Order: sequence, then structure tokens, then C-alpha cells
Amino acid sequence: MTPQTLSTTSSVTTSSVSVRNLDLSFGEVKVLKDLNLEIGEGEFLVLLGASGCGKSTLLNCIAGLLDATGGQIFIKGKNVTWEEPKDRGIGMVFQSYALYPQMTVEGNLSFGLKNAKVPKDEIAKRVARAAEILQMEPLLKRKPAQLSGGQRQRVAIGRALVRDVDVFLFDEPLSNLDAKLRAELRVEIKRLHQRLKNTMIYVTHDQVEAMTLADRIAVMRNGLVQQLDSPQAIYKRPVNRYVAGFIGSPSINFLEGNIKTGAKPMFIADGLSLPLAGYAFAATPVVGKAVFGIRPEHVVAGVAATSQPFSQSVEIEIVEPMGSDTLVWARLAGQEFRFRVDGQSEFSPGQNVLIGFDPARASLFDTASELRL
Amino acid sequence: MAENIADETKVGPSGAKPRRAFSRRNILIYGTLIIVSLYYLLPLWVMVVTSLKGMPEIRLGNVFSPPVEITFEPWVKAWSTACTGLNCDGLSRGFWNSVRILIPSVALSISVASVNGYALSMWKFKGSEVFFTILMIGAFIPYQVMIYPIVILLREMGLYGGLSGLVLVHTIFGMPILTLLFRNYFASVPEELFKAARVDGAGFWGIFFKIMMPMSLPIFVVAIILQVTGIWNDFLFGVIYTKPDLYPMTVQLNNIVNSVQGVKEYNVNMAATIITGLVPLIVYFISGKLFVRGIAAGAVKG
Repeated sequence: MTPQTLSTTSSVTTSSVSVRNLDLSFGEVKVLKDLNLEIGEGEFLVLLGASGCGKSTLLNCIAGLLDATGGQIFIKGKNVTWEEPKDRGIGMVFQSYALYPQMTVEGNLSFGLKNAKVPKDEIAKRVARAAEILQMEPLLKRKPAQLSGGQRQRVAIGRALVRDVDVFLFDEPLSNLDAKLRAELRVEIKRLHQRLKNTMIYVTHDQVEAMTLADRIAVMRNGLVQQLDSPQAIYKRPVNRYVAGFIGSPSINFLEGNIKTGAKPMFIADGLSLPLAGYAFAATPVVGKAVFGIRPEHVVAGVAATSQPFSQSVEIEIVEPMGSDTLVWARLAGQEFRFRVDGQSEFSPGQNVLIGFDPARASLFDTASELRL
Repeated sequence: MAENIADETKVGPSGAKPRRAFSRRNILIYGTLIIVSLYYLLPLWVMVVTSLKGMPEIRLGNVFSPPVEITFEPWVKAWSTACTGLNCDGLSRGFWNSVRILIPSVALSISVASVNGYALSMWKFKGSEVFFTILMIGAFIPYQVMIYPIVILLREMGLYGGLSGLVLVHTIFGMPILTLLFRNYFASVPEELFKAARVDGAGFWGIFFKIMMPMSLPIFVVAIILQVTGIWNDFLFGVIYTKPDLYPMTVQLNNIVNSVQGVKEYNVNMAATIITGLVPLIVYFISGKLFVRGIAAGAVKG
């Protein structure tokens, strides 16, 4: 198994949520394994991963909806490992909205406050403020069934908002919405974060949401954090092959081959030799099997390719026009290879085209350990 | 050529496809339905007409014919003066006994079972599945096996022969099926709703009373119907665990109908039977729609 890799940026000052050596098992199945996470004050952290990677489980643990098997959770410096959800200073937004169907929007917003025995005038004030922030004053008297999906999720966010909490937890809040609404609400959540400056932890499997919203992304897999870093760093310098393949759409090209050292290190694969002079190796390169990863958008085609450190002619197999740009499928060194070109360019299958890229922008991984070289 | 196409649009099929009212399929379906309904309604018809006839008219035989002279005397007699043993106050005594048994039994069994179902689906604890399985096994043990042990238990508790003993028995025997009903219903409630309520600071009872109960009207109606009809129609427990003064209506009805002395008053018997059956009948009519909806809702998830 890949060791837990953390390359923390220095933007973290005080930590708002701190997860230390957290373990969680359901019977024999270990879902979270010795997990550590420090989330800074006012930070927007996205937990990103495929389904079953433990990201929602981790969020539920932080919320107190699941009891940890081992380890500790601190919120605002207070050990809340054994606290009830309501005492943790968190608000949570769920994928299915989870609004109380028999209550009006107002009832939904004030339910938590009534439970906490907040005075009536204070409740009214906070509900009015949340309604103002989320622009849902006209909806207050309606029942959830009379609202659209986007409005429902806004109410769900409002429910977390009125509680005046330190930390917001989002569990795939936009997954049930259609694409257009998702984009709208995504911006709204970002605006909310800029206005409130609360700490937010956001679970999603959608990399676009992760890239656009996050201050830092934690890419998770099999109950472990694979990489915790800023979106740009994760995109540019993925720590292992899994992260490289998971982030980016269309996904990164992988070429299997060997590293040759010497005065000029090279990547050799079936008639292809790529100069690695500009590549920033983590350690001195050694000879061995490796995987070369280059993103489709870092490949240029046509005349411009000649100015790149590496260029070669390939035969086009499939053309996928997507409007703004076009994805072209070809073969390089006998392996599948995709590159992205402008939507205006005219390519057709069977045609030969010159492509080029700069190996310095690529990522190299060890074949056996899958770690970045 | 062009003319042909124009004709086609005028003459050819357009709009809803016509259906024949007297197709072979319709005759078969409706014929079967009519025969079956007649078969089931006929006894009720005989009961109603007989209860409205005087004894001389009944002796003439014509069981199916409507009454020549309508009289409500048998109904009055069945309710207030028919004799069972030494008591000659008709079914009225049994009716009020049944009401006194019914209301606490229904209320108690449903309150306990709904909380059971809620706890077993939302607050799973170590051994909750085992507990549920044991409860379910209880539903499959024949009543006859338990009758005498329960007599002893009630006697030891000092409840034997009283209404509270019978209420307890009804509550216990209703528990497996009602718990199953509520558990399945609450299991179909989205888990995130429960989580949201916990984050909002509601506890075990808060979630139950403020979130779950208002959402579960249909399943409560189903439970009420099952219990009202079941307990009202109960004969066995009533006759075993109470004494003659406290017999429920069903037992009293049996005693009126099966009295050995004197003339068999068919009209009074019929009236008494209808009166006894009226309560479950009314419950079904009032809540039929909710009943179907609730059964469907509870059946979705297991």
C-alpha cells in the first residue's frame, strides 16, 4: 500500500479541525486507517475520491454521526471525539437535502435552534439573516415538497447557516442536482464561503467541484489520504499514478516504458525516446520501469509542435468534437494517446498529424510503487 | 397521388383508438367480478333482510325475499333486552366491555410497537437484530401453546379475570407484527433525515415525536386498523382471560345466538351479528384509502 503522503502548504495557520490517527472499522472492514488531517481556520477543504474511498465516512466521523474506533478529533482545539453532533459546533448539508417534510422552510431552519432552546426573537433574527443570505425570503412559509431541487438544497444550507457554527460539513450536496443548477449552486457556495469565512469541509467525487471550490484538496483512496495540497499542485504534481489518473478530464495519458540514466536521462518506450533534461526529479533517477504521464491539454498539434522539446507524427484514430475543443485519439509508442486541440481545428481519422509536448510538464511514476519520481 | 394522401388524413385512424364495450375480454372480466361479488354479498343480504322481518314471516321460509313488513324490533331487542344467562341487557353490555378492552389495547400496543420499530431501525444497538428475530419467532408460535402459561402468569400477577389482564395479552400478541410493520416503515425513511435531526440536536424522543411521527400517519392508520379489527373480533382471549360480567361483545354474541332455551329468534341473531360486525366495517370504510397507502408504504423495504 502507498504510504500516506502529505505535502502541506504553509497557508495553514491555526487549525480549526484536527483529525489525529483516526481509525474506523465496520466489523472486520477497516474503512479509515490511521488518518491524520489538519484543517486551517477558514479553510475550504475538499475530500475527493471515488465512491467507497471513505470520504463520506470521514465526514460522518467529524460530524459525530459515526463513532471512531480509534484516534481523536479536535474542533477549535476542543477534543470532541466523544461529543454528540449537536455539541461539536458543526452544521451539515446532505446530498438528499434531508429536509423535514412536514415542516415549512421556516420550521426546518428553526428546528435546531428550538432544540437548543434559543430565545424566540433570536431565532427570528437568525432565520431572517439566513433567508437574506440565501435569497429565500419568499419561500419561508412553503413546505419542502413545494420547492425545486435547487431551492431545497439552499434551505438545507440555510439550516446549517442559522446554527452559527464554526465548521460547515457538506456531504456531496450538489450530486442530486442537474448540471446547470449544480454550476449555479457551486458558485453560491463559493460566495458563501467568501462572505462567512467559516471552515468548510466538502465531500465530493466531482473533480470540477473540487478544483473550483477548494483551498486544498485531500484525494482519498481506500481510507487513506493520497495527497493533500492545493488544487494546482495536485493537478501539476500528482504524488502517485492514482492521483494523476483521477484528477483531470479528459484523463492523463500514461505511457509504459523505461528510464535510462546517464548524462541525459531519457524515457524509452517502443521506438520512442523522450528527453527528461527539464524534468524535476524528486531524487536522482535510477534505471528501471516507469510510467510517463502527460495531460491531453499539454500536447500541441500541428505546426506549433515543432517548437516543443519533443515532437512526432501520429496517425489519428478517433476524433471527439466537444464544442469548445476536440479530443483526438491516436497511438504513441504503440499505446493509446489522447490530445486536446481547439474546437475549430479540422482533423479526421486516418490523417497524420505532428504532435509535440514538453516532458518537463509531465509526471513520471515508478511502475512498481506507482509513486512520483 | 397527392389526393390519396389527403384522403388518408381524413378517413384514416386518428386520435384515441376506439374500444368495444362488449368485447369477449370485458365480458369475461366483468362477468367474473359480478358473480364473485354476488357470492360474497348474498349472505349479507340474507342477514339484513332477515333482521328486518318478524318471526312469523321468517317461518314462511323465503330466505332471500325482502321483508313484507319492516320491523326494527329485533335490532332493539338484540341491543338492549336479549338474554345471555342471567343478564337480560342484550349486547349493550358486551359492546361497552369491548370498547373498554379495545381503546387501551390499541393505544398501548401501538405506542410500544412504534417505539420498538423506531429503535430497531434507527438506533441499532448490539444485539438488536437478534432481539428482532426473537420477536419475529414469537409471531409463529401457535396461540394454543401459550394460553395456559399465560393463565398462570396472569394469575401470579393478580390480573387474571380482569380487563387489564386482557389488555396486556392483546398488547403482547400484537407486538411482533406491529413491530415488523413499524420497523419496515421507518427503515424506508432516508437515513440522512435522521442524521440531519441529530445534527440539529434532537435526541431519541425528539426525533421520534417531532420528525418521525408526523411523517408516519399512513402506517399508524394501518396499525390502528389491524389492531381495532383484530381485537374487536377476538373471541378466544376474551372468553379465556375474563369472566362473564366482562365478556367482550363477540362472546356475548355467541351466547345470544347459541342459547339453548326457547325459540331460536333468527331475526334477533342476525341483528346482533350485524351490530357486532359494524365497528370493524365502519373502520374499513372510513380509512380504506389510507389503509392501502400505508400497506404499500410499509411493504417497500424489508
